[in-house]
Amino acid sequence: MELILIPIIAGFTAAFAGKWGRWVALLGSVTALAITFGFLNKFQMGNGEFQMIWDRIWFSSAIHFKTGIDGITMIMLLLTNVLGVLILASAINKTNRNPVLFALIVGMQGALNGVFLAMDGIMFYIFWELALIPIYFICAMWGEGNRFATTLKFFIYTFIGSLAMLASLIYLYNKMPAGGTFDYKALLAVNLTETEAIWVGAGILLAFAVKIPLLPLHSWQPDTYTEAPTAGSMLLSAIMLKMGLYGLIRWFFPIVPEAVLFYIPLIIGAGIIGVLYGAIIAIRQTDMKRLVAFSSLSHVGLIAAGIATLTMEGMQGAILQMFSHGINIFGLFFAIDIIQRRAGTRELGSIGGIAKQAPRFAALFLIVVLGATAVPFTNGFPGELLLLKSVFNYHTVWGICAGLTIIFCAVYMLRMYQMSMLGKEKGDVYLFPDLALRELGLMGITVAMVIGIGIYPQWILDICGPSVHKTILTIQDTVGVLK
Amino acid sequence: MGNSIFDQLPISQYIYLCCVLFAIGLFGVLYRRNAIVLLMCIELMLNAVNLLFAAFSSYMGDSNGQVFVFFIMVVAAAEAAVGLAILVMMYRNTRSTDVSLMDKLKG
Amino acid sequence: MENLLWIILSPLAGFAISGLAGKYLPKGTTGWIASLAVLVSFVLSFSLFNGLLSNPAAIKKEYFTFIGSGNFHVNFALSVDRLTAMMMLIVTGIGFLIHVYSISYMHSDEGFYKFFAFLNLFIFNMLILIMGSNFLMLFFGWEGVGLCSYLLIGFWYQNEAYGKAARKAFVMNRIGDLGLLIGIFLIAWQFGSLDYDKVLDPAKLVAIAPGMITAICVLLFIGAMGKSAQIPLYTWLPDAMAGPTPVSALIHAATMVTAGIYLVVRTHVLFDMSVFAREFVLIIGLCTSILAALIGLKQNDIKKVLAYSTVSQLGFMFIALGSQAYVAAMFHLTTHAFFKALLFLGSGSVIHALDGEQDIRKMGGLRKAMPITFWTFLLGTLAICGFPYFSGFFSKDEILAEVYKHNVVLWALCVGSAGLTCIYMLRVLIVTFWGTFRGSEEQKHHLHESPALITIPLVILAVLSVFGGILNLPPLLSDSIAHGMHHFLSPALNLAEVPEELSPLSQLNLVVVTVVVLALAFWYVRHKYIAKQVVPETDDAMSGMGKVMANKFYVDEIFDASLVEPIEKTSDFTYKWLDRKWIDGLVNSFGKIANAMSNLYGKMQNGNLEYYLLYMVAGIILIVGYNLMK
Repeated sequence: MELILIPIIAGFTAAFAGKWGRWVALLGSVTALAITFGFLNKFQMGNGEFQMIWDRIWFSSAIHFKTGIDGITMIMLLLTNVLGVLILASAINKTNRNPVLFALIVGMQGALNGVFLAMDGIMFYIFWELALIPIYFICAMWGEGNRFATTLKFFIYTFIGSLAMLASLIYLYNKMPAGGTFDYKALLAVNLTETEAIWVGAGILLAFAVKIPLLPLHSWQPDTYTEAPTAGSMLLSAIMLKMGLYGLIRWFFPIVPEAVLFYIPLIIGAGIIGVLYGAIIAIRQTDMKRLVAFSSLSHVGLIAAGIATLTMEGMQGAILQMFSHGINIFGLFFAIDIIQRRAGTRELGSIGGIAKQAPRFAALFLIVVLGATAVPFTNGFPGELLLLKSVFNYHTVWGICAGLTIIFCAVYMLRMYQMSMLGKEKGDVYLFPDLALRELGLMGITVAMVIGIGIYPQWILDICGPSVHKTILTIQDTVGVLK
Repeated sequence: MGNSIFDQLPISQYIYLCCVLFAIGLFGVLYRRNAIVLLMCIELMLNAVNLLFAAFSSYMGDSNGQVFVFFIMVVAAAEAAVGLAILVMMYRNTRSTDVSLMDKLKG
Repeated sequence: MENLLWIILSPLAGFAISGLAGKYLPKGTTGWIASLAVLVSFVLSFSLFNGLLSNPAAIKKEYFTFIGSGNFHVNFALSVDRLTAMMMLIVTGIGFLIHVYSISYMHSDEGFYKFFAFLNLFIFNMLILIMGSNFLMLFFGWEGVGLCSYLLIGFWYQNEAYGKAARKAFVMNRIGDLGLLIGIFLIAWQFGSLDYDKVLDPAKLVAIAPGMITAICVLLFIGAMGKSAQIPLYTWLPDAMAGPTPVSALIHAATMVTAGIYLVVRTHVLFDMSVFAREFVLIIGLCTSILAALIGLKQNDIKKVLAYSTVSQLGFMFIALGSQAYVAAMFHLTTHAFFKALLFLGSGSVIHALDGEQDIRKMGGLRKAMPITFWTFLLGTLAICGFPYFSGFFSKDEILAEVYKHNVVLWALCVGSAGLTCIYMLRVLIVTFWGTFRGSEEQKHHLHESPALITIPLVILAVLSVFGGILNLPPLLSDSIAHGMHHFLSPALNLAEVPEELSPLSQLNLVVVTVVVLALAFWYVRHKYIAKQVVPETDDAMSGMGKVMANKFYVDEIFDASLVEPIEKTSDFTYKWLDRKWIDGLVNSFGKIANAMSNLYGKMQNGNLEYYLLYMVAGIILIVGYNLMK
């Protein structure tokens, strides 16, 4: 509850707080992070049920404001609030003076918390849409290039998906006997025939697939990432994508278990093709942000496929990888932002040799790049390992196709690093100052998380394990034993 | 009611007259561009309806219709006042009362 | 035994200190701290080794759950048996020598501290690779050493060609890694565990389908191909010579590239079950050995020759593995580590003296100016050639004898390959150290013997190269000290106490044939390069087969044309045509349809009052009319 309200209130306050706006926003964001740690402290490990439930009637007796935390939520909350603070802190620099930007970022943090905490279908939908509003303004007001058209496309695209989800939720509600509610448990309990489940599932999946994005619904993504301001790209890729993936775990498979056999091959197929598709395209991109956008497409494809295997390895790997991917992508975008602000461009052909001028930056950036490349002892590795294993166990051929990502990823990530940081100095990099204290701190935290999770990923697996197990059991109860 | 000539006229005559008046008003609205004429045509349409109300009120022996006539007259007066005010403003801005010049709402 | 942890933590600490604080410390200090870190590991490894000499039982230690999910459970665990101990000694021992050597070799480099940080990180990862007690730990180290190799090949990052070489190495290694990873998945799937103890249990293997075991073996071997530079994934290794010479000596000759050998020896129980996999290993090893030797004949970059020689020798080791001669392979691995490290360091000493010159055509006559380098290089060359009683002689002969047991034709080819080795190594030796100096006057003026920090490791390695054969003498000479390594390794490898032997007579025959071939090679080189004083021709003057060999059989070009370019073309095509034009175009076309509709209806809203009224009237008529018609 407070996790949702505090950032949103901080957002409203910050918008009118003038030059103090950024600090108000940061305060709100940090408070939310502190509360999250409080929850983590109270969180009972090994319990797969929802804990710390907070339930009030909202619009009518059917629509509650109900929040609860289980292991999966806990990880998502950590991701949102840690990255929320980092993104906010990374946006505070000399060029951004407008308090509204910070207000929107912190407000977004609150809305995202709402998405992950929601235990009521309509509440979920409301926060799902609410999260779209700040990001729309962030991208439309501070973006670059053809920002209005791109942002509008993104907005409409995701909006259509969301409406389909709302329709599905209402259909489920109508299937209930009188006195039904949109409560999560009640939605789970609705029995559907397979055909119904497929249609209901299609609606819900549309919302998530656009957001993730799954092939072929991804075409908003590269443009939006490229043209959004850095904070917007970070919010979109580091956290908002995860809404879709989280949705798959929490709101898609358990709600329409009758249709899983229909959807599993579909999602895995789309995911793996996305892995290869994104990776192959990323190999030749020259705009660093666009390159990262396609790499992200590749990574989330694998995560979605892992979730769809509905195995412990796949789902836990997915959750771990969601967390890691968020951190990595934050680091990548932050580094690209630093390059762009100092060298004036992020085109790979027109810069080079930055490492010579800024060795610390080069070292930290390298570790983030290695994290994204899934080198052992970085956070990218354990998640990717589990995901690949789950997909491989699902089907050998898909597994091998997905495995190609470890080759392609090395190709495009190292190419990006090489062309920007190494080689002869090229372009406007001769006065490339090394990291300032604030940047050093943020990159340092990121790198510490990259390595920390890489060495001991088990704590994330331990937090989400029981809940994932329970989710899988819920699905299996309906379908019988899934293999 | 006295036995005037109006009493002897069948209701259909009133209806014909009103339809003709209304049609004249309508076509005036559609085909004339002068805003003053437009307003007058609208008045004509309203009055055609008024007359019909009055006629039916008398024919049915129900005074409600005549009450409505008063309402409409009031509304018409208000409308004429507002309309003329708009017209004056329009004239001040465009030096003309031609409504076809007013196409700011073009999509 | 907390020692295990300290062995790996010590280089890690060295990495942290030199990486974080190295910038602020004096250069010598950083170098010595890093070397000390490796020395600590070496000493601890040696004490472990001593313990294992008396008690062959493996030492195990589990630390924490690394990844546990569902049925998949992997611990961060270390285990040391005799095989591991031997590898540890090689890695830390030679690693230490090379660290010391680098203190002098790299002293004027501005990235000095970074270099030592990376070297220490490499040692750490290499130790994880060999000490891990399950396949995942191995994979960790496996990728980790690949990473360090990438960092060190591209150490002089301002040179873009070096950067390309580094990336090529990393990517080719990753191709192999994918094979290894899939092999590991198969193991996890079939055995339900990744622990060596549970997987490599001969009793359990019986239950697994033979086809599956073959698949696992081949996949593991694909991983080994990438790391140990076998056909077709070998082209990165010669390019990897872009790195500083100590790196070439440590990573690309003595330790990392032998990880593939270690992997196969470690999992030899699986390979024992699959004839196909063994034949596969044998053929690949043989082809690589001959191909690389042929290419080596015509290279003029001193390090490139050594690189191809490494590829060729690794091929030799795989030949041994393919004929189930695991001890012979480990023996050759050990002696090769000695003499190849020596040769690389020697070439480094030469390059250092000539201020970065690597082309043997511009050397010559260095014998007098650099006596220690010359003598050690000479000993190293004799060792790799298999000159009788040098270490290479024993290890190579053992492999040849094993191959002879296997198949005579293959044996003949191997002997041929050994002869080629002899030719190209002597060619380098003679062209570099005999004749007259062919470099510039300025270089000639500067010619000097390298400082002690460089020559001492050379001397130590030279001694090891000469006497390394003692480790595993054939019984032909003396029964009492024969088969030292075999006896040492047999508990770890579940081998018979005494190896099956050829009859002494046929052994002798084999040795004689080998020696005759070698003598012919000696004679040929002497004739060509000493008597006639031939200097290798310039690039333009080459023709025919020589040119093809000098250009490495155009394998790189073939890879470029058949793999790299198609992928890049596909990428462009997918992006521009499929993604932008079709998928995005389709999405945008929805927008365009909406826009077109909007334009159409927008025309009706022309702002003209009459039209609006007309629409209104028409609407009323329609509604009324519709109701009347109904």
